[in-house]
Amino acid sequence: MSDRVENSNTPAAQTAAEDLKAGGFIPQRQPGKITIRCKTPGGRISSERLERIAQVAAKFGQGMVHLSVRQSPEIPYVDLSDLEAVVRELGEAGQEIASCGKRFRVATACGGCEYNPNAWTETQRLAQESTARFFGEDTPHKFKVCFAGCVRDCVRSRAADLGFQGLVEPKLAPENCTRCGLCLQACQEEALQMGEDQLPVRDLDRCISCGDCIKACLFDAMIPHRLGHGVFAGGKHGKHPHAAYPLAQFVGDAQVHAVIAATLSWYREHGKRGERLGDVLDRVGVDSYRRALKLVVGDALLAAADLTKPRWKRVYCRGLVETFPPYGEV
Amino acid sequence: MPQPPDQIVDLRGTPCPLNWVKAKLRLEEMRSGQRLEILLDNGDPILNVSRTIKSEGYRIVQAIPHDGYVQLLVEKT
Repeated sequence: MSDRVENSNTPAAQTAAEDLKAGGFIPQRQPGKITIRCKTPGGRISSERLERIAQVAAKFGQGMVHLSVRQSPEIPYVDLSDLEAVVRELGEAGQEIASCGKRFRVATACGGCEYNPNAWTETQRLAQESTARFFGEDTPHKFKVCFAGCVRDCVRSRAADLGFQGLVEPKLAPENCTRCGLCLQACQEEALQMGEDQLPVRDLDRCISCGDCIKACLFDAMIPHRLGHGVFAGGKHGKHPHAAYPLAQFVGDAQVHAVIAATLSWYREHGKRGERLGDVLDRVGVDSYRRALKLVVGDALLAAADLTKPRWKRVYCRGLVETFPPYGEV
Repeated sequence: MPQPPDQIVDLRGTPCPLNWVKAKLRLEEMRSGQRLEILLDNGDPILNVSRTIKSEGYRIVQAIPHDGYVQLLVEKT
């Protein structure tokens, strides 16, 4: 047994490990070395914390940081005996340790409507809040939440256990419309047509709530009417990728944490240990979960329920939507 | 019919965000009241450049969709 492994059994290291029940430290293939995963919800890090991460990596690691796929800076090559010092020095700058294993992970997010030109919803705040509230909670298997500010879905909410996508419902202010047709040209879904009086009319069955018509309109005639989140559950990548079930549309900011809480509750009740949410939904049936969710989001659930609508066939291309079990009455 | 443009910039084939930069530079060197005609490809160029023109306070006089591109007439305010 090497010195390094023995070091992991010192009282100090054990105490540090106790503090890290949520994980966030990953044993490397090199004996006695661990990778420390930093907690940065939404991938946002203050300059001060970023500098501290860099300093710690230089002092205790190999002077480099790896950015995980889910937006977490990771400090590789930390010696187990330095674990407590690393946690302390990061903590002095307010930098906490992330999680791994079978629990609620740090939420990821795009920049959101604060500065991302495509986004419609505020994703960063929701990532911070949901991580503060649910971080580290035990679940049957890993549980990843993410927030995309629009349906472009840069953070891959359809491959997350629970994903949110910013949606916008456009409305026409006919008094401003010049009938130029730019909105029709911008719409890739063929959801807009020129109706009577040469004014654009929206086909709700085709519209995917991307808001491109609003962005294209130069005359403030196509305007945002309603904002909210599309909810997707049961997605994952990995060895057995699973496309998420669309559950609800136009869920308000205020309902987001209730949706997460209801999902965690349903997942814990029905999931077997080691079973991801998507697999539980397949085994138990999505309608059981939809019933639990309906109590939280009400009619927003029904808006997304009809997978026969043209918009879902376009979103889940190449016939994927036909592989989903039909949703029942809830 | 609106009066003809003072300048024309054809940004078809110019990728984002270079099209945005070129349109903005042209508008910046123009005088108040002058008009610039901008030709833009469909798709992202329309969404990105339109948003900028709107948010920076230029007046859109006219927008005419064509096959594959859009003809914008913008007035410097």
